[in-house]
Amino acid sequence: MSNSQDIELNGKQEFTITAYTENQIGILNRIAIIFSRRKINIESLNTSPSEIEHIHRFNIVIHETEEVVRKLCRQIEKQVEVLKVYYNTNEDIIWQELALYKVPTDIVAERAPVERLLRAFGARAVVIRKDYTVFEATGHREETDKLIEVLQPYGLIEFVRSARVAIIKDSEGFNAKLREFERREPGQEVIENEFLDKEKNVFSM
Amino acid sequence: MDTAQEEATTLTEPKKTVNVSGSVALLEGLIAEGTDTIFGYPGGAIMPIYDALYDYKDKLKHILVRHEQGGTHAGQGYARTSGKVGVVFGTSGPGATNLVTGLADAQIDSTPMVCITGQVYAHLLGTDAFQETDVINITTPVTKWNYQITDATEIPGVLAKAFYIARSGRPGPVLIDITKNAQLQMFDYEGYTPCDHVRSYRPKPLIRKEYIEQAAELINSAKKPFILFGQGVSLGNAEQEFKTFVEKSGIPAAWTILGAGAISTDHPLNVGMLGMHGNYGPNVQTNACDVLIAVGMRFDDRVTGRLDKYAKQAKVIHLDIDPAEIDKNVKADVPVWGDCKETLPLLTALIEEKQHTEWLAEFRAFDKTEQETVIQKELNPGTGEMTMGEVINQLNELTKGEAVIVTDVGQHQMVACRYAKFNHTRSNITSGGLGTMGFGLPAAIGAKFGAPDRTVVAVIGDGGFQMTLQELGTIMQSGIDVKIMILNNRFLGMVRQWQQLFHDKRYSFVDIASPDFVKLADSYYIAGRKISERDDLVSALTDMLNHKGSYLLEVMVAQEHNVFPMVPQGSSVSEIRLK
Repeated sequence: MSNSQDIELNGKQEFTITAYTENQIGILNRIAIIFSRRKINIESLNTSPSEIEHIHRFNIVIHETEEVVRKLCRQIEKQVEVLKVYYNTNEDIIWQELALYKVPTDIVAERAPVERLLRAFGARAVVIRKDYTVFEATGHREETDKLIEVLQPYGLIEFVRSARVAIIKDSEGFNAKLREFERREPGQEVIENEFLDKEKNVFSM
Repeated sequence: MDTAQEEATTLTEPKKTVNVSGSVALLEGLIAEGTDTIFGYPGGAIMPIYDALYDYKDKLKHILVRHEQGGTHAGQGYARTSGKVGVVFGTSGPGATNLVTGLADAQIDSTPMVCITGQVYAHLLGTDAFQETDVINITTPVTKWNYQITDATEIPGVLAKAFYIARSGRPGPVLIDITKNAQLQMFDYEGYTPCDHVRSYRPKPLIRKEYIEQAAELINSAKKPFILFGQGVSLGNAEQEFKTFVEKSGIPAAWTILGAGAISTDHPLNVGMLGMHGNYGPNVQTNACDVLIAVGMRFDDRVTGRLDKYAKQAKVIHLDIDPAEIDKNVKADVPVWGDCKETLPLLTALIEEKQHTEWLAEFRAFDKTEQETVIQKELNPGTGEMTMGEVINQLNELTKGEAVIVTDVGQHQMVACRYAKFNHTRSNITSGGLGTMGFGLPAAIGAKFGAPDRTVVAVIGDGGFQMTLQELGTIMQSGIDVKIMILNNRFLGMVRQWQQLFHDKRYSFVDIASPDFVKLADSYYIAGRKISERDDLVSALTDMLNHKGSYLLEVMVAQEHNVFPMVPQGSSVSEIRLK
């Protein structure tokens, strides 16, 4: 989907915010209230340890204008325990969501189209029991949604989907940046200035 | 000393430790941070700290306030006059929730404070124990940082971090919640190490030379440049750097109410106050200048009025230490991120020495109009009821701009900010961003402790005074010298003014009755006097200022008097009304 199509008339579009934080009790709340005080809904939120010990990575998906997203990111990055915040459009990232589907085993086993459908969606079985089977599929929202529709007639019992996890295409990762943070005096790279970094595709403050 | 040497020393001489309680470690830490005064109120969950404080009476002065909110405002007043970190103690539950207003005020006005609350025992957390409240979550939106300690060994490190965060970068309030078991717990205390680095926290953004150069270029080519300054100048201790910048550039400078006094009110390039009740010239000229240089201010809506009609013709240079302020309200053409104590001299070095005589004359012309239509009448009404303006004017005559003026919130606040003279920085103590009624009296107490050698005059309305008047008890007990001036118009004046102008004079619940304030003061053994005649004004003010010790002067002023000029809400700054 192209970016221009994605932007609606009000200028809002989907943005994925990536934040690196210390692993500290309360930081989730500190970040969440930055959205809620402006009455902005968080569409999807994932937080988990990053590749670096003690540092957590947040992925937050919201539907907003770029101007608002930039202000939000600055307010998030301002929090004492937040190291770095990036925001990206869907074009800038590779993302996935994981979905689990529980269906009755007898129906799945007996009806041929189900197997074909699952194959078409790249789903795989995680658990197979006499009474039910759990399939797993990963993909974008539309893809995992579609499989719900498809499985509904075959007695879909339960469904769950994870938050979005996203990799930034142009990112060089955080390991090098972290070393800058650990220095007592900030190096040139620590606080970039977006006004100077226009040529860069990755937004950074 | 290099690291190897340091390690060697540590290896040969192991650090000496003393076995102390968490409470003692806390007090030792406070002393190490230079704390001399604590505003607080004891209670069940903070009792171990108060027990330890009993033995520290010679080193730490504790001021028993009458309400925890008063404690926070006193902490703010102390921080604002002294430039140090205000320290406040409160107990758990209601003690902690009573801190919220002061924390919110300190957060929005960037006041450095460290608040310590007691908390129930760690094993009781989350069980709805007696006086348990989730103070960390309640205070998260109104603190720069907060932290709950459940183990005494954390106390020295967390306290050091709290002070560092509160005072560095853009200052703000920090809250530490300490469970009772951690206050009691004995541990091996290794001494106190101040904090100077937090990995995830960058107090100052990096200064970019390119932007200094671009800003200088804009300033040098400007025909009608205009400086707006806020509290950032005094928070950064950059008054001298700012004055040099203003004088070399020859650019007229106007202030936000928290910026007042960063350069003296009488300075020839100080053209007055910005915003809703600011001066005529600064508001109109905002929409006439070609380059707008904002220094340490955040374009609050009370300053900008309608944003889509604000300084649209101008190139905006924004100097601020907080990157989140850049472009938040007004788009900056040149963002000069950094501490203005460092950025201003860099900028001053690159600008040409100039005098903008004609441009400045325009400001003077607007000033003349305002003098004739508003100020003369306000300051010298001659007959009829007294105005707030003439009271402030007489106070100026007597204090000669040397006093610290603490205000509450409302009409008297705007009048005091407009007309009070300030020769020195850190002299105008007011609740700007939050507009907290009840701020004045407790803040004046703190202001006096923060600047014991200066005259502190609290200017308070009859409404706001009744919100925190219990702090008269604090004044009585601590024996400090605070001059309290109540400007009584028998109304919640600012709301009444809006109801008159925008709600067809439907005076809905703004008619407020008051007790006999002088008798009230008397019951606290504070001298006082009430006047309603103009002829008594000078003698009454003189008596108040000359009185040894605290004094309450109640001045009856015009009941229905409006503060003008005014930028009505939703209007552009250039649509400022003179009447």
